[in-house]
Amino acid sequence: MSHHDWPDRWKDLYTYLERPGPFENDGFEPGDAVKDFLHSCKILVIGAGGLGCELLKDLALSGFRDIHVIDMDTIDVSNLNRQFLFRHKDVGKPKAIVAAEFVMNRVPGVTVTPYFGKIQDKDEEYYKQFSIIICGLDSVEARRWANATIVGMFDEGDPETLKPIIDGGTEGFKGQSRVILPRISACYECSLDMQTKPTTFPMCTIANTPRLPEHCIEWASSVAWPKAFPDKKIDGDDPDHIKWLLNTALDRGREFNITGITYTLTQGVVKNIIPAIASTNAIVAASCANEAFKIATNCTTYMCNYMMYVGDDSVYTYTFELQRKDECPVCGSAQIKLRIDPEKTLSELLDMLLDTQEVQLKAPSLRTAAKSLFMQAPPMLLEMTRPNLDRKIRDLVAPGEEITITDANIPISLQLTLEFI
Amino acid sequence: MLNIMSLKNKKASAAAAGESAKKSKTTPAALRLQKDISDLKDLPSTMKLSFPNPDDLFNFTLTITPDEGFYKGGVFVFTFKVNPNYPHDAPKVLCTQKIYHPNIDLEGNVCLNILREDWKPVLNINSVMVGLQYLFLEPNAEDPLNKVAAEVLRSNRKQFEQNVNRTLRGGAVDGITFDNVIKN
Repeated sequence: MSHHDWPDRWKDLYTYLERPGPFENDGFEPGDAVKDFLHSCKILVIGAGGLGCELLKDLALSGFRDIHVIDMDTIDVSNLNRQFLFRHKDVGKPKAIVAAEFVMNRVPGVTVTPYFGKIQDKDEEYYKQFSIIICGLDSVEARRWANATIVGMFDEGDPETLKPIIDGGTEGFKGQSRVILPRISACYECSLDMQTKPTTFPMCTIANTPRLPEHCIEWASSVAWPKAFPDKKIDGDDPDHIKWLLNTALDRGREFNITGITYTLTQGVVKNIIPAIASTNAIVAASCANEAFKIATNCTTYMCNYMMYVGDDSVYTYTFELQRKDECPVCGSAQIKLRIDPEKTLSELLDMLLDTQEVQLKAPSLRTAAKSLFMQAPPMLLEMTRPNLDRKIRDLVAPGEEITITDANIPISLQLTLEFI
Repeated sequence: MLNIMSLKNKKASAAAAGESAKKSKTTPAALRLQKDISDLKDLPSTMKLSFPNPDDLFNFTLTITPDEGFYKGGVFVFTFKVNPNYPHDAPKVLCTQKIYHPNIDLEGNVCLNILREDWKPVLNINSVMVGLQYLFLEPNAEDPLNKVAAEVLRSNRKQFEQNVNRTLRGGAVDGITFDNVIKN
């Protein structure tokens, strides 16, 4: 108990943590240790936007006391209707910092450590310090990065490196939350096919037969803009850019008798803005925080492993288990380690790989993150990388650097790490 | 408290994956792209891939030399730009030459359903290559980008064939001069 706790502050939570129950998870031990763990474990919230604000509030009120938050955005006036940790005076300030200060002022005894920047700024060492990581992100790309990094961190020989990921997402009245246990349950990449993609229109419709205001805006942004400004990318937050697109789309609309093109719609189409409903965020974040509490304490079974929420016709949720995908490029990839004399050549390494019994490689292609070491196909890459075969391993790869191996004969990729002898 | 061992016991078989995981800076898009590209072993003689920088798999060109159809004899070069959100996002493909084709406009934009509205992450680079090759075998007058060319194809195939032949050699149609794309 810290000095911030008044009598019975956590009475309701402790009801679950002080006694055994029929639904407790394997290995649950009621008592002080679990309470201390809840109050002291480090938890990371990625994103301090619509979901992030809810998550920080929920976690702080659920007994988590060492919360970290990352967000690269600053507060926009349009966030204020639902991102309730922010006030009008905060517009323009970093979300992570303002959210952290607000929660610390409001909930005694909680430390929220903000980082204003990109998730990609941080390395494995940073992510390793957390027990649980919750994502409240708005982009597929950021989720894939976080998922790949955290799944890739897991070392089977070291259970401490297994970091449960809880991922929340909302889109209008719909949402989802899920629990990912790296290499145990389906990861984000396993179910990438399931993601709804941004609305796209056929190029020919945009070019020749526009019928909707969106078609005109798409024409302005994907046909007229690159022609007018070949070297400039559209910045959806730059009012001059949006105004130019709006005027161009309006001209196009007049030509085809299409009305309804507005500034807001233009920005919405260009930035692919999806309506954000405050209650959807609240429900999905609550589900994520609920899972975080259960995973941290083990007091009852946690979600297995995906919950969809549909709020447009009453309230409907359905929870089911997403299956791992054998050929998932992130968690389906097998890992192999080889000990090798760095004076040996790449060609000798290839021979060693072909002799490896665990995997039946026939024609492996090897790359590091930055370099093509040896590519079996297409023919041009084979020619360009063939000279590497006679080069020493030492000159091509750094010790411990990861090499990705693909082979037309196996559906997955392999991660190879070399230990130099 | 957080009980990793109980997580692990749930599915002990999951450990079969292998040994330890180390720092992976390879992005999920790069993992997938390496698989796509290194699988392109047996390309037909009508297609060739080139990589200006062999270390960069995200930018490359595809050369198509159709061996039948209206466009036989031409050499068509497309640039592929794959973005970091591949395969959630489709690759961006442009034709580098000005050609007379119902589904490719004068700026090189290509109207191919799987590049836009029908793209799915299960498709790959090979699917796009096959799709592009198909456009030369069966130009499609129904969903045109170059409306004039589509109209000719629909109404007068003989005329269309002549127009293609002329433009492949750098000739003009309706006052527009096209690039010479004939194989040397």
